[in-house]
Amino acid sequence: MKNMFSSLWGDKDVELVVGQLLRYGVVSASVVAFAGGVMYLLMHGSGPVPQYSNFVGEGAGYTTFKGIFKGAAAFSSTEVIQLGVLILIATPILRVFFSLLAFILEKDKLYIFITLIVLSVIMTSIFGGLKV
Amino acid sequence: MTILTFTIILLVGSYLAGLLGSLTGLGGGVVVIPLLTLVFGVDIRYAIGAALLASIATSSGAATAYVKEGITNIRLGMFLEIATTIGAVLGALIAVYTPVNTIAILFGAVLMFSAAMTLRKKNQEALTEGSKLSYLLKLNGSYPTKEGIVEYKLKNIGAGFSMMTVAGVISGLLGIGSGALKVLAMDTAMRIPFKVSTTTSNFMIGVTAAASAVVYLQRGYMDPGIAFPVILGVLGGAFTGSKLLSRINPQTLRIIFCVAIVFVALQMMYNGIQHKF
Repeated sequence: MKNMFSSLWGDKDVELVVGQLLRYGVVSASVVAFAGGVMYLLMHGSGPVPQYSNFVGEGAGYTTFKGIFKGAAAFSSTEVIQLGVLILIATPILRVFFSLLAFILEKDKLYIFITLIVLSVIMTSIFGGLKV
Repeated sequence: MTILTFTIILLVGSYLAGLLGSLTGLGGGVVVIPLLTLVFGVDIRYAIGAALLASIATSSGAATAYVKEGITNIRLGMFLEIATTIGAVLGALIAVYTPVNTIAILFGAVLMFSAAMTLRKKNQEALTEGSKLSYLLKLNGSYPTKEGIVEYKLKNIGAGFSMMTVAGVISGLLGIGSGALKVLAMDTAMRIPFKVSTTTSNFMIGVTAAASAVVYLQRGYMDPGIAFPVILGVLGGAFTGSKLLSRINPQTLRIIFCVAIVFVALQMMYNGIQHKF
């Protein structure tokens, strides 16, 4: 069984799956962002451009997972765009997760350890209360 | 200006940014920040948020093709990502305490450095003898060329690792991929052939940028109205660029583009010194 796994999961296969994952991530992020963008233009397209020269920062609806999912579920255009942004940011992070799985299947202890360090740095930045 | 006009101009501008970026090897983020700040007068903080997204989009989009060809060194990328992600999170934290004018001046300096780096002659030779650490960490690899598979070895892992941390900090601080710095670390310190260093750098940019992007998203740097034209435009441009790349010789374009980048960089630095941001 173990041998079957390692023969099924050669280095090249892992690389192929990782490559596919990146492609799907980017494609779905752009489809969602495009859909949100079209809705946004239909609703606000003729309005004036917001004052982007003054930085105020975005509200909780755009900056928290909860706010984005809630708004996107209600088909609010801007939150749908932010959902696309989230998918885009999540794609490389998922890639790291997937590499971890691949190294586990390959029983490469050193690289399981190295990948876990990278993941924990990213997770610290997501959940570590870095919102200053 | 209405939102529709703003979106269309930004979409076209981002498309050109992605196209030029992929043809010259400079990431899309490098063009997005000056475009937003100098042309549209957008606050540099919103521009940084948009540039990070542009970096992730181009990196993930291009990595697909390179990984498939088997040029990217995935183990090397993962190992160096320890340095770049720690650097990126640090950079994003430092950014809060850095005045916007200082960021603009620093961005101008990095921009000029990146332009100079793309014109530099790159290391093509594969080392036959690697350092002890390169065997221990399983970083040596091989890649396909027209003449067959080329084996290469690495050295100066420590020096390369520290330079990667600096690249990560710059990337987190300015919202760019800092691919030029990453390639420099792999090229001059670790002596990796440039095809491997450029593709592996590209592969790493997405993860590095994502590490700091989360911090910036939570801090409100990412505006949906700016984000969607930038993502779609840069991706479309990068896609067209990768199709064109095999058919044209980008050398002349690279020189013209780098001269233009130097002017943009000077403009950014001048505005930064004049406190116009």
